[in-house]
Formats: sequence, C-alpha cells, structure tokens
Amino acid sequence: MDLISLSAFDLSLAAILVLLLAGISSWMGLGVERSLLVAAARTVVQLLLIGLVLKAVFTNIHLVWMTIIALVMLLVAGREVMVRQHRRFKGIWGFGLGTTSMFISTFTVTLLSLTVVINAHPWYAPQYAIPLLGMMFGNTMNGIALGLDRLTQTAWQSRTIIEGRLMLGYNWREAIGDIHRDSVRAGLIPIINAMAVAGIVSLPGMMTGQILAGARPMDAVNYQILIMFMIAAGTGFGTVVAVTFGARRLFDHRERLRLDRLAKGGQ
Amino acid sequence: MQGLRIEALESNGIGPCSLEVAAGECVCVSGASGAGKSLMLRAIADLDPHHGKVFLNDLECNTMNPGTWRRKVGLLPAESQWWHETVGEHFRDEPDSSILVALGFEGDVLAYQVMRLSSGERQRLGLLRLLCNQPRTLLLDEPTSSLDAENIRRVERLIEDYRTQYQTPVIWVSHDQQQIARISDRHYRIVDGKLEEA
Repeated sequence: MDLISLSAFDLSLAAILVLLLAGISSWMGLGVERSLLVAAARTVVQLLLIGLVLKAVFTNIHLVWMTIIALVMLLVAGREVMVRQHRRFKGIWGFGLGTTSMFISTFTVTLLSLTVVINAHPWYAPQYAIPLLGMMFGNTMNGIALGLDRLTQTAWQSRTIIEGRLMLGYNWREAIGDIHRDSVRAGLIPIINAMAVAGIVSLPGMMTGQILAGARPMDAVNYQILIMFMIAAGTGFGTVVAVTFGARRLFDHRERLRLDRLAKGGQ
Repeated sequence: MQGLRIEALESNGIGPCSLEVAAGECVCVSGASGAGKSLMLRAIADLDPHHGKVFLNDLECNTMNPGTWRRKVGLLPAESQWWHETVGEHFRDEPDSSILVALGFEGDVLAYQVMRLSSGERQRLGLLRLLCNQPRTLLLDEPTSSLDAENIRRVERLIEDYRTQYQTPVIWVSHDQQQIARISDRHYRIVDGKLEEA
C-alpha cells in the first residue's frame, strides 16, 4: 500500500471548513473567530516548519540534533504549563516546577521505551524518538497543567480550612492532603478516560495516522497500546512529582501556608 | 519564666509588640477591626512570617516543630473551620465528657451534621475541638461573638476553670467592655498595630 500524498488544493478544501466555522462564530457573536483563525494559521506554519526540521534530521541522524529538538520541545511545553495556570508560582518556580517534572517523567519513560521496548538502532533514531517524545510531551503537559491548576486554585479557595487544620497542629501534608490527592487525580483523569474508550469511541490519532500511511492494522494497534501505556505512566509520574513539589512549595520551612508565593496568572 | 513571653513581635505591619502573660493569667486585647488583633494571634501561632520571638515556658517557637508549637499555643480563630460531614470526624481523640457538658452539649453532638450547625454551635464546638489538643496557652479570637448570654457564661466559666486547673496563660480578644471587666487580669488595646495598656 502506498500513501496518497495530499496536495495544497486538498488542504485548502479542509481550510474552507475552518473559515466557514469562523464565519459562524462571528455571526453568532461567539467571539472566538480570531483565536480560531490564529490557531489554524499557527498549525500550518508550525507543522510546515517541523516538517522541514524533520526532513533535515532524518537525513542527518545525530544525537546532538535530537537533543536540541527534545530540549526545544521541553521548554515550549514547560512554558505552556506555566501560562495555563490561573495562579502560578512566582519566580523560577512558575516555569521550573512543570518543566522539571516533565523532564523527569517524559525522558525516563521515553528512553526506557526506545532502548528496551522498541529497541531502535540507533536508540535515538528520529523516526521513533521524535513522534514518541511529541506525544509524551503533549499529554504530560496536559496532566501537569491540570493538576497544578487544580492544586493552586483549590488551595487558594480553601485557605481558611488549610490554616484551620494547621492551627490544630496538623502538619503540612495532613493540612493539604485531600487537595493534593484531588489534584493528582484531576491530572490523571484525561488519560484514564482516553484509555477506557480507546478503539470503541475514539480511534487514537497516531494509530489512525499509521493506518492511513499504509501500516498493517495490528502493527498500528501494538504501537498505540505502547503509546497509551507510556502516556499513562509519564503523565502519572509527572503529575505526582509536580503536584507534590507544588504542594510543598505552598508551605515554608515553618509549615505556614504561603499563598503569597502565587501570582495571578494569565488565561 | 512560666507563661507566654512575646518579644518585639512584628508581622504584616503590626508591632513591634512585647507582652508577658504569666501562667494562669488572662489578658484581654481589644481594638478597632483591622487594628491587627487577629494578625497578632496568627503571628504568635507562627502562621505568618514574623520578626521577634515568642517563648512558651522559656521554650522559643523555633526550637519546636511547627505542628507541636501550634498544638501547644492553641489558637481559636474567630470563625472555626469544618471540612468533614459530621462533627465527630473532626476529632482525633474522644472529647472529654466534662468539657462537653460544660459547653452545654450532649454526647450525641459528635454525630451532628456540620451543615446543620448554628454559628453558636460551631463556635462552641470549635473551642471543644481546640481543648481536646490540651493546649498550654489559649489564644482566643472573639470566642463568644455569636453566643447568647447563657452560653457566654458557660464559655467564660469553662476557660476560667481550664486556665486555673492547667495554669494556662490566656490572650482573649473581645469587644465587650463588661466581658473584659469580668474575665481579664489586664487589658490592652491595639492602636495602629501597637499594644497599649488600657
């Protein structure tokens, strides 16, 4: 089976649908037409650029290039985690907390998959490493952003309860325990839901892509299972790390609740 | 010195405040709202960053684990917080039945739904929960503000008994001049964040 290449004309047909949606948004006064069009334009530009980059990397397979690409992905994902917080940690913690947790979980799980499970040669072969990293970052980023956002928002709303517990002599872990657990759970729910309906309600994007590209369905399925498990593990560990360190950061060395360490954030 | 000693306490724009409350003594603090009464109590309980030192029976706050310190200094906030469904879930140890009775409750109060408590019941139960920790100091932030006359007397008598029995220093924030006259050994006002003997 050969892949049917898409022409610019094919893509512009799909683009017309997006324009139509923007028109409806404007007509109904939803006010999202601008962000919709900007996002669509970003999709085109960013994907074309990454296409060029991948083309270059696939022809010059080298660990240095892979490292640079992985780092860029990490930093952009880290920034995304930060800007999605309603109340983010001030200073280096705002960016560092999500980025470090993502670094630990994503790189560990991806390296494990590349070297032990897939056993690619070389282990950093971009054909495997880049898509895996991309999917890992995309999902881990979501989990960590959701978890941290829930943590800081709930702590802010429940500050009198947290301090009420501290007054009774609870330590910081006990004082924020239920909020901590809730926040980790919030980060994990999307991937748990995705695994629960995979193949029945939704055909995961990667698997669909492989099948469209002509892979045998069972091969595509195996890869999809691997990816789902990696994402679950990566998101889970990353969220646990980020939310736990975040919860600790809400208290100082004398276990006082320090909401002054949060700043009012963006969206 | 046995008792509570506060040296040049400064926090969130209040202070420096210095105060000694001897074992078994009750000091009342009053002042306009926003003058910093609650902030002072919070700083003593080490809930806010502060300068200055606080000693309980000559042991400085920082020499103790924060949880231990807070259990010992027993701060009762103006509004008590409840996070479980029933009252009993908020108690780690079975409350002393004599205190329960002294506050006008029956044994079944632990099964009460928190949602259905009146503000007066919340206030008295907050005190009950605090006393279960057997604090060595009491910092009471308007502990009778939502109580009727009968319950005000109950609480005053209970605190009186507790502080004489355990020789507990007490700082009691109150606006009621008659109450202050009834219960206090000394009375201070907070004006512009500073303590002044009244």
